[in-house]
Amino acid sequence: MSPRETTAQEVLLRGVWRENPVLVQLLGLCPALAVTNTVANSLAMGLATFFVLVGSSTLISTFKRFIPKEVRISAYILVIATFVTIADLVLNAVVPEIHRALGAFIALIVVNCMILGRQEAFASKQPVGRAVLDAVGTGLGFIVALVLMGGLREILGYGSFLGFSLFGPDFQPWIVMILPAGGFFALGFILLAFGWWEERERVSVRPRRWPHGVRSRVSEGEFASTGTGAG
Amino acid sequence: MTEERLPTVSSEGPGPTPERGGGVHREGDGGPSPPRQVESSSVRLVATLAVAGALAGLAIVLVYQWANPRIEAWRAEVLAAAVTEVLAGADRYETVFLEENGFTSVPTADTSALDRVYVGYDADGTPVGVAMVGAAAGFQDVIRVIFGYDPAAAEVIGMQVLESKETPGLGDKIEKDSAFVREFHGVETPLVGLKAGRETGEEDEVVMITGATISSQTVVDIINARVSEVGREVEAYWGSTALRSAVRTPPPKGGDGGPAGVADASPRPPGGIP
Repeated sequence: MSPRETTAQEVLLRGVWRENPVLVQLLGLCPALAVTNTVANSLAMGLATFFVLVGSSTLISTFKRFIPKEVRISAYILVIATFVTIADLVLNAVVPEIHRALGAFIALIVVNCMILGRQEAFASKQPVGRAVLDAVGTGLGFIVALVLMGGLREILGYGSFLGFSLFGPDFQPWIVMILPAGGFFALGFILLAFGWWEERERVSVRPRRWPHGVRSRVSEGEFASTGTGAG
Repeated sequence: MTEERLPTVSSEGPGPTPERGGGVHREGDGGPSPPRQVESSSVRLVATLAVAGALAGLAIVLVYQWANPRIEAWRAEVLAAAVTEVLAGADRYETVFLEENGFTSVPTADTSALDRVYVGYDADGTPVGVAMVGAAAGFQDVIRVIFGYDPAAAEVIGMQVLESKETPGLGDKIEKDSAFVREFHGVETPLVGLKAGRETGEEDEVVMITGATISSQTVVDIINARVSEVGREVEAYWGSTALRSAVRTPPPKGGDGGPAGVADASPRPPGGIP
């Protein structure tokens, strides 16, 4: 398909940073905005999504030959929903406090277009090993993005990080950051910083090792997403 | 005319003609072009999804079997902690169910559908109050509250929020603002919620949180509604012989036949807690 085969390392690493699902592709924004008011919630959401993504990609890549193309989306959703239900039950049994904080958003992982997108665009066309690497990379990228947002919001909104107070009792918390509006602020500023950094890399005189930005990669086909950006 | 039009150049066989609207592959459209891909039979489609669905169901059932006892145990733990919190000095509690003729600790029907309250006892076996759970819609979502009630004095003696999604920093003060939570100690029912600065020192007043009037008022309303709902039955049970005799039975001896079979309650709450 592409003139140059992407190496396994690239498959793993691009999802973490260069093609980060939230910060570059703007997928999975619903949980990224909704549950990132503390680092602990972000981590739990990230890990649950990671589990669902890796599980679904492995299974779908393994059984891709048995899934007729007419019902492939139904089959993907079935597999994803099963993993989400399992994650929901396990979280409820193991860390009930966090499960309560995340509320309905665990169940809503089913409609996270990042997961369905990886199945349709990658796992259903690639060998199992590469599908798992891709899922691990994308899942890690999701965790990175969520923890970035959760860290920013918790530090400003509660004055703490992972529950440990940072600034002492005199800190006046910036409550808007833990409200829904704060999610948009945090995402906006992180995207701004990300864009600025990317732009600076692009115009720097050093020769580029690979093209930055997602657009050049889309043409490879491997990366084309089916999601429309919703969810 | 259209039949004579030349198809576009297509090296890989019968591609889509311009009349079909370039790129839209419609198979089995008649004519000479064979379908590009063999369609799977309906039986295969249904079978694939049926098998996948059955396996998914099996996986979920297995995980549920493992997870459910843990979830139930956690809920019981949370409830036990909440009951001892709102009934200051309670050492253990007993669940009593509302049946047609009042509360009873030995229900005859299936308990899952019955209304229930929790009677707390101190270390000597003296009842200290009744804990009740109530819920109503707050500012964001349903607020669930547990509160301790002293039926003899018709007073609320403690309150704890079990569940709320109220606005962080404003409405969530109903659980985090300890001054507000302390308000619910020794207030006569029915409660009256007053804005800060308007209190007059009456026994039934609760001063609400500035900026969280709706959330505070909801807590007050939940308690009032619950007391008016089952307050009379709770008082009847409180004064009944079942409770008194259960209390007076010395737990270690238990030789006199056991008046109502209540005294055998273990020091920790028994099962069957929602």
